[in-house]
Amino acid sequence: MAVNRIRGAFAAPRKGETFELRAGLVSQYAYERKESIQKTIMAMTLGKDVSALFPDVLKNIATADLDQKKLVYLYLMNYAKTHPDLCILAVNTFVQDSEDPNPLVRALAIRTMGCIRVDKMVDYMEEPLRKTLRDESPYVRKTAAICVAKLFDLNPAMCIENGFIEALQEMIGDPNPMVVANSVQALAEISETAPETRALLVTPAVLKKLLMAMNECTEWGRITILTVLADYVALDVKESEHICERVIPQFQHVNPSVVLAAVKVVFIHMKSINPELVRSYLKKMAPPLVTLVASQPEVQYVALRNIDLLLQAKPDILSKELRVFFCKYNDPPYVKMQKLEIMVRIANEKNYEQLLSELKEYALEVDMDFVRRAIKAIGQVAIKIEDASAKCVQALEDLLATKVNYVVQEVVVVIKDILRKYPGYEGVIPSLCDYIDELDEANARGSLIWIVGEYAEKISNAEEILEGFVDTFSEEFTQTQLQILTAVVKLFLKKPSGAQSLVQKVLQEATTNSDNPDIRDRAYVYWRLLSGDLEVAKNIVLSHKPTISTTMTSLPATLLEQLLSELSTLASVYHKPPEAFVGKGRFGADEIQRAAIQEQRQNAAENPIAASVAAAAANGSSSVSQSNIENLLDIDFDGAAPASQEQSSAAGTPDRMASPATGGMADMMSMFDAPSASGAPAAAPAGGMNDLMNGFEGLNFGAANGSQPLPAGMQLHGGGSEPKKDSDDLLGLL
Amino acid sequence: MASAIFFLDLKGKTLLARNYRGDIPMSAVEKFPVLLSEAEEESSAVPPCFSHEGINYLYIRHNNLYLLALTKRNTNAAGILLFLHKVVEVFTEYFKALEEESIRDNFVVIYELLDEMMDFGYPQTTESKILQEYITQESHKLEIQARPPIAVTNAVSWRSEGIRYRKNEVFLDVVESLNLLVSANGNVLRSEILGAIKMKCYLSGMPELRLGLNDKVMFETTGRSTRGKAIEMEDVKFHQCVRLSRFENDRTISFIPPDGEFELMSYRLNTQVKPLIWVECLVESHSGSRIEYMLKARAQFKRRSTANNVEIIVPVPDDADSPRFRTNVGSVHYAPEQSAIVWKIKQFGGNKEFLMRAELGLPSVRGDDEHGGGMTGGFGGSMGGIGGKGAKRPIQVKFEIPYFTTSGIQVRYLKITEPKLQYPSLPWVRYITQSGDIAVRLPDVA
Repeated sequence: MAVNRIRGAFAAPRKGETFELRAGLVSQYAYERKESIQKTIMAMTLGKDVSALFPDVLKNIATADLDQKKLVYLYLMNYAKTHPDLCILAVNTFVQDSEDPNPLVRALAIRTMGCIRVDKMVDYMEEPLRKTLRDESPYVRKTAAICVAKLFDLNPAMCIENGFIEALQEMIGDPNPMVVANSVQALAEISETAPETRALLVTPAVLKKLLMAMNECTEWGRITILTVLADYVALDVKESEHICERVIPQFQHVNPSVVLAAVKVVFIHMKSINPELVRSYLKKMAPPLVTLVASQPEVQYVALRNIDLLLQAKPDILSKELRVFFCKYNDPPYVKMQKLEIMVRIANEKNYEQLLSELKEYALEVDMDFVRRAIKAIGQVAIKIEDASAKCVQALEDLLATKVNYVVQEVVVVIKDILRKYPGYEGVIPSLCDYIDELDEANARGSLIWIVGEYAEKISNAEEILEGFVDTFSEEFTQTQLQILTAVVKLFLKKPSGAQSLVQKVLQEATTNSDNPDIRDRAYVYWRLLSGDLEVAKNIVLSHKPTISTTMTSLPATLLEQLLSELSTLASVYHKPPEAFVGKGRFGADEIQRAAIQEQRQNAAENPIAASVAAAAANGSSSVSQSNIENLLDIDFDGAAPASQEQSSAAGTPDRMASPATGGMADMMSMFDAPSASGAPAAAPAGGMNDLMNGFEGLNFGAANGSQPLPAGMQLHGGGSEPKKDSDDLLGLL
Repeated sequence: MASAIFFLDLKGKTLLARNYRGDIPMSAVEKFPVLLSEAEEESSAVPPCFSHEGINYLYIRHNNLYLLALTKRNTNAAGILLFLHKVVEVFTEYFKALEEESIRDNFVVIYELLDEMMDFGYPQTTESKILQEYITQESHKLEIQARPPIAVTNAVSWRSEGIRYRKNEVFLDVVESLNLLVSANGNVLRSEILGAIKMKCYLSGMPELRLGLNDKVMFETTGRSTRGKAIEMEDVKFHQCVRLSRFENDRTISFIPPDGEFELMSYRLNTQVKPLIWVECLVESHSGSRIEYMLKARAQFKRRSTANNVEIIVPVPDDADSPRFRTNVGSVHYAPEQSAIVWKIKQFGGNKEFLMRAELGLPSVRGDDEHGGGMTGGFGGSMGGIGGKGAKRPIQVKFEIPYFTTSGIQVRYLKITEPKLQYPSLPWVRYITQSGDIAVRLPDVA
C-alpha cells in the first residue's frame, strides 16, 4: 500500500500551483510567461520551494525584456545550487548578455554571474569578467570590480592566475570615482581574507589617487576610502598631517557614517602629529561628534558607543557639551543608558550640579533599569568629584524617602561604594538601616551587611541587625552569607562583649550546615584566627582598606587602543575585540560559511521533485527499489520537509549549527552512536538516504537498549504533521 | 558589509529577503525574534545590534516592519544601519509608505532596487532620484530599454544632464527648529537650534551655485567687515553636492544642485535661547478625585511677529475622565488616545499672554500615582520601540513663526551661473521658525 502511494506521488503533479506555474512558463504567449515568472518569484518570496520549476524558468532566460531577465536572474541566483548541472544552460546567455549594447544588461550579467555560486559557472566567468573590467561604461566597470571580489571568494587561485587582482590595482587610477571606490573595496576585502596576496598596497601614488577620489565619490565610496586610509601607516609625520588636512572637510558630510569614518582616520593619524595641531583637530572634531547625537536612534547608539571610547582616550574633548547628552523622554532605552554613561564621563567640577539635578529627575522615571542606572550614576559622580559628594549623598538620601523598592536597593549599593571612598558620610547609615526588610537582592543585602560590619561600633543596634541575618543564614544567597560571616566577625572584634554567642553561632552554622566550600573555608579561617591572638585577628580583619578611586568601568589600555582603530565597526559598539565575536571553531566564519553551503545543498538534495525527475529519468528498473526508498523518505516527510532534511544533516554532521531543533536532533543522533557520515553526507540524495537509514538503525538499537525511552516520538515531534503512520510504514519496510 | 538583508513583520516572519553573499545560513533569521525577546526579558535597553553564535544582527524598526541585516564580519555598524535607513527612505519615495502591504505588493521592484542599492554586501547607489530614472514600476510600458543614467557613476552622481526649464527658478527655505528642555521650575536645561536650508531647484543644464550667508567665521577668515549681525554656526552638514574642501578652505558654499527638492545644508547652534512660547503649569489634585491644571502661555518674541498653529499638549493621567476647560483664547480638547489635553491657538501674537484652566475627574480607586513609578511601571515592553508608554511625559509645545529666524541667519546672496546656457534666474528666499522638540517638564502634583 505504501508502495502504491509512493508510485502515485512519483509522477509530476497534474494540478496545483506548481503545475499551473509550469504551464504558464512554457506558454506560447510572452505575457503569460512573464506573468508566470512573476508568480514564481512571488512564491519564492513567500518561502515556498519552487526550485522544481528550474528548467522551465531557465527556458525564459533569453529575452529582450529587461524586467523579465532580472526576474529570471534572480531566480537563478536563488536556486542555482539545486540544479548545478542545469546552470550550464544559462552560461551562454550570460556570456552574450555581457556583450549586450546596453550597459545595464552587461552589468546585470556580470553581477549575476558572480552571485551564482556554482563551480560550472565560475569556470565560464573568466572571459566576461576580463571584458567588463575594461568596459567603456563606468557603471559596468564598477560592477565588474566587485565581481572580482566575488570570484576571489569562490576561487582565489583562478582570480590570481588571471591577473584580476592586478587589473583591480590598475583601476584605482580609473577616472571614475565610483569605479575607484569599488575597486578599493574589492581589494580591501581580498587582502583581508588573504593578506598574503598583498592585494591592497597603498603607495604614495595610490594615496594621492585615493584622496582625489574621496572628494568626488558617493557617501558609501567615501566610507570605503576613509576606512582604507585609517588602516594605512603613514611614512612620516608630514604625510599624516597631509592626510588629516584632506580628511577633515569630511566632518561636514551629511552622512554620520562618513563623519565617523573621518573621525577615525584623524584619530589614528594624529598620534604622531605635534600636540598643537592635535588640539586644533580635536577642537574641530567636537561639533561633528555632537551633531551625531541628533541622527537616527540606531546610528546614534553606534555614535554614542564610539564617543564613549573617544572619551576614555581623550577625556576632555566634549567637556563643554554635557547638555547635549541629556536624555529626551522619547529616546529609546538603549540610547538613554548610553547617554548616562557618557554624561558621567564628561562630569567635572564645573558642570556636576547641572548633571546632578538631571540625574535626580531620571531617578524618578518609571523604567526600572534606567532609574537604577541613574542612581548608579549619582554614585559615580560622587566618587569621581569630591566636591560633588555631599550633594550626591543628599540626593541619594532624598531618593531613599521615595521608599520605592528597587530605588532603595540601588541606593544602598551606591552608598556602600561612596563610603568606601569617603568613610565620613556615616550619618546616612541609620536611614539605610530602616529599609533592611525591603532588601531582597543579594547585592543590596550584601552591601548593607558590609556597612553594618564596617561601622559596627557606631551602630547601636548592630548586634540586633546581624542577629536577624544569622537566624536566616541558611536561606541567604552565597554572596550575602559571606558578608554576614565577615560582618559578624568584625562586630565581635569591635564589641567582643555582646557578640560572642553570635559569632559562635554563625561559625557553627557555616562550618557544619553549609555545603558551599567557600563559606566553610572562610568560616574555618575566621574560627582559627579568633581562637588565637585577638590583636592579630584585629590587625587582619580590621586593617585599613585603601580607598577606591572610581566605580566607572574603563577598558584596559591595550583593548582601548585596539578599539579606537575599529571606530564605527561592530567591535567598537560591543567594546570587544573582533576576535571575541567573529567566532572561532564551531561558530567561526569558515564554519558559518560551511553551514550556509550545507543549507543550500540540503535544499537541493531534499527537493523532492528534482530528485524524482532525476531518478525517474536516469534510473533503470534495477535501481527502482533504491530510488523508491529515496523518494519514500522525501514523500513521507513532505509537508514536513525540514524534518527529513534535518535528520540527514544531523546524522552526517553532528556539530552543524542551525536552529535549536536541529541541534537537539544532532545530539540525539550522536547519542545513539549514529555512524559519522561516510563520504559526503547529503551531497546526493542517496547519501542522505544512507545516513538516514543508519539513523533509523540507531534509533531501533537505542530503543531496544532502553537508553532513550521514546526516540521515535522525539523524532516525530521534529517532523510535525502526522508523520507517525508514515514512519511506521517505513520501519515496516525495513 | 551585509551578508543578507531581511524584511520581517513584527512577529519576525520573513516577508522578503535578499542574500548578497551566501556566506550565512539564511535560517539564522529564525533566531532573530527569539533572541530579541530574550534580550528584552533581560533588560529594557536592547541595542540595535547584537551578536549570536558568530552572526551579527543589525536591525531597525519602521512602521510594522523590521529591517534586518546579517553579517559575520566585524563590519561597519554605522554604515549598515544607515543603509537600512536609506532603504526605508528610498522605498518610501517609491511606494508612498513602507509597510507590510507595500512589500507584498511591490516585490518585483524591491528586488530590483535591492540589486541596485547593494552589491555583494556593499552599498552602491542610494540616491532615489537617480534610481527612479532607470528602475521604474512601469518599465514594461517603455518601448526602449532603460539604461543606467550617467549620473549613477558620475562625480556629479545626483544630477542628470539635459534638464530644461522654461523659467529658471530657485526657492530657498531657511527653516529653523528649536529644541528646548525646560525644567518644571522654568529653567532652560538645554536649548539648541537646528537649522536647515531647503531648496527647490528648477534650473536648466548644469548650473553652478554659490550661496552666501552671514557666517561669522567666513567674515573673519576673509577679513571683511560685517554689516549687521553675523552668526556662528556650531556644526554644518552639507548635501553631498557641496564641495567640502572648498568650504573648509574659505567657507564658500559652492555646488551643482540636484534637480527638484533637496536639503542643501543643516546647521546647529548651541546658543542660549529663551523659549519663544513660555509655558507655566500648575497641577493641583483635589483629594485624589479631581485633578486641575492651570496653564499660562506667553509669547516672548517681538510684537510684529505672530506664531501660527500653536499647540500645547499637556499629559494627564491615563484614567482621567469628564474634562472641563476654561480659556480666554483658542480651543481645548481632551485626547484620551494620547492621554493628554491639547490647547490649540491659531494665532498667537508677540508679547501676548493667555491662560487656560482644565479640570479632570479621576477614578476614586487609584493605584500608584503617575510620578511615583511603582514596581509595575518598569516593565514597559520596548520591542525596539521608542519610549516606554509609562515614561514620564513632559508638556509639548508646537508652533510656527513665519518670516523669522531665531538665530538671525540671513542669505546674503545666491549666485547662479550656467556657463553654456547663461540664462537669467530668480532666487526666492523664505524664513520660518518651527518648534522642534520642546519639552517642559511637568511639576509635581501639589
